[in-house]
Amino acid sequence: MRTISFKNKPVIVATGTTSGPKEGLGEVGKYIDYVSKDDTFGEKTFEKAETKMLYTSIKQALEFSKIKEEDINAIISGDLLNQIIASTFSARNFNIGFLGVYNACASFTESLILGATFLDGGYFNNVICATSSHFSSAERQYRYPLELGCTRPPLSQWTVTGAGALVLSNKGNGPKIVGATIGKIIDYGVSDTNNMCAAMAPCAMDVIKTHFIETNTSPKDYDLIITGDLGAFGSRLLKDLLWEKGFDIQKQHVDCGELIYNIKEDEFQGGSGAGCSSLVFCSYFYNKLKLKKLNRILLVSTGALLSSVSSQQNETIPGIAHLVEVEC
Amino acid sequence: MKNSQNFINQNYLTYVHYNSPKTKEKRSLLRAFWVGGVICCIGQGFRYLLEFGLGLKGDELSGFVSMIMIFLGSLLTGLGVYDRIGKYAGGGSIVPITGFANSVVSPAMEFKTEGYIYGLAAKMFVIAGPIIVFGVASSVLVGLIYFVGYLIF
Repeated sequence: MRTISFKNKPVIVATGTTSGPKEGLGEVGKYIDYVSKDDTFGEKTFEKAETKMLYTSIKQALEFSKIKEEDINAIISGDLLNQIIASTFSARNFNIGFLGVYNACASFTESLILGATFLDGGYFNNVICATSSHFSSAERQYRYPLELGCTRPPLSQWTVTGAGALVLSNKGNGPKIVGATIGKIIDYGVSDTNNMCAAMAPCAMDVIKTHFIETNTSPKDYDLIITGDLGAFGSRLLKDLLWEKGFDIQKQHVDCGELIYNIKEDEFQGGSGAGCSSLVFCSYFYNKLKLKKLNRILLVSTGALLSSVSSQQNETIPGIAHLVEVEC
Repeated sequence: MKNSQNFINQNYLTYVHYNSPKTKEKRSLLRAFWVGGVICCIGQGFRYLLEFGLGLKGDELSGFVSMIMIFLGSLLTGLGVYDRIGKYAGGGSIVPITGFANSVVSPAMEFKTEGYIYGLAAKMFVIAGPIIVFGVASSVLVGLIYFVGYLIF
């Protein structure tokens, strides 16, 4: 069994979201709390910009929740930078316990699962879960300098410049986390670093399938099944893979990466990054859940666990996906 | 412990391969051809200008033309224009000497935030390094072949 069902059902009492200008232009942009006019957020480096973005999101979530800083037990957060510096550096501004997580782009659901478990066990009363990513800081770490004149292959994705934070509490009103399924690391031997969606699709398939089987539900029981950053091609792979296993999620499935941009320039497959699922979930979907337009959803963040070193040493790309079930 | 080779699921990889969106080859080739051609024409234009205008000859002439093109490539990189050209043209703007200038200047700009010594200077040749290493190595090899050929024939 990899599925947890929470008895006390932790409540998402508030969210805070921050993004760069490009993300503000899309469909999701209207729901984001703070859209910056420039992607440096007034800082000198992109790493500092990401830190500020995450800090702003956490601060906003904290303000909206009307819970005092000293009543928060822990911040659980992660990002894509080496040694998750955006998370740790933004958390040093708070007088709150800190847990750093890393599961690449699946960090958001991982932090949600951990936070919900702490609350459900009765150890903590309030927890903040957050993740962030920044296009320019990710680009310089994983790929090429920004000004290098090279083309992007059609399978590439665009790392989302954005951060999302939410406050989980054991009391209050709002959407509740009712269950979760922990994913396992799956590697089908994809080695193309531009094709991360193909590396992540099998993990999403596995975790969704496991959740259906272990909770004895079917796709029809959910209003939406939201994946993190599979992109257009990855979504197609996921639907095919699940269809092969006997689950048809054609009607329920949406992908945060596909949703976030008006694909015009060269985002190609859509958004990706640790901030993708947290930004879209904390803004757009949280809003819909609060208005009760959605009742029962699955959030599946997917992550490709590669580093620039592993891919240069000819390793294949393992993937991970965690699932969280949210009800309003 | 298993290594990477043990995980390969060939059915899946084949399926991914046949279904993944492909690069539009004809369009890319056409763009690379005309942009690359225009860059070379500009270079040739400067060559004529220097040859017939200033009366330069031989090594002096080609050196001067290279310097101008490298300067232009670096300037356009600094202004944030060259990456747009590169995005459009692909190989067409990488192969000429302006592309080489771009590959040196762009990491220098990017890593300036880590300081002038460990950032800018150290990371400057991250992309151009291999080109220099293999360029020098292959020129030595070709020189040796030429030398040996000269001795024999």
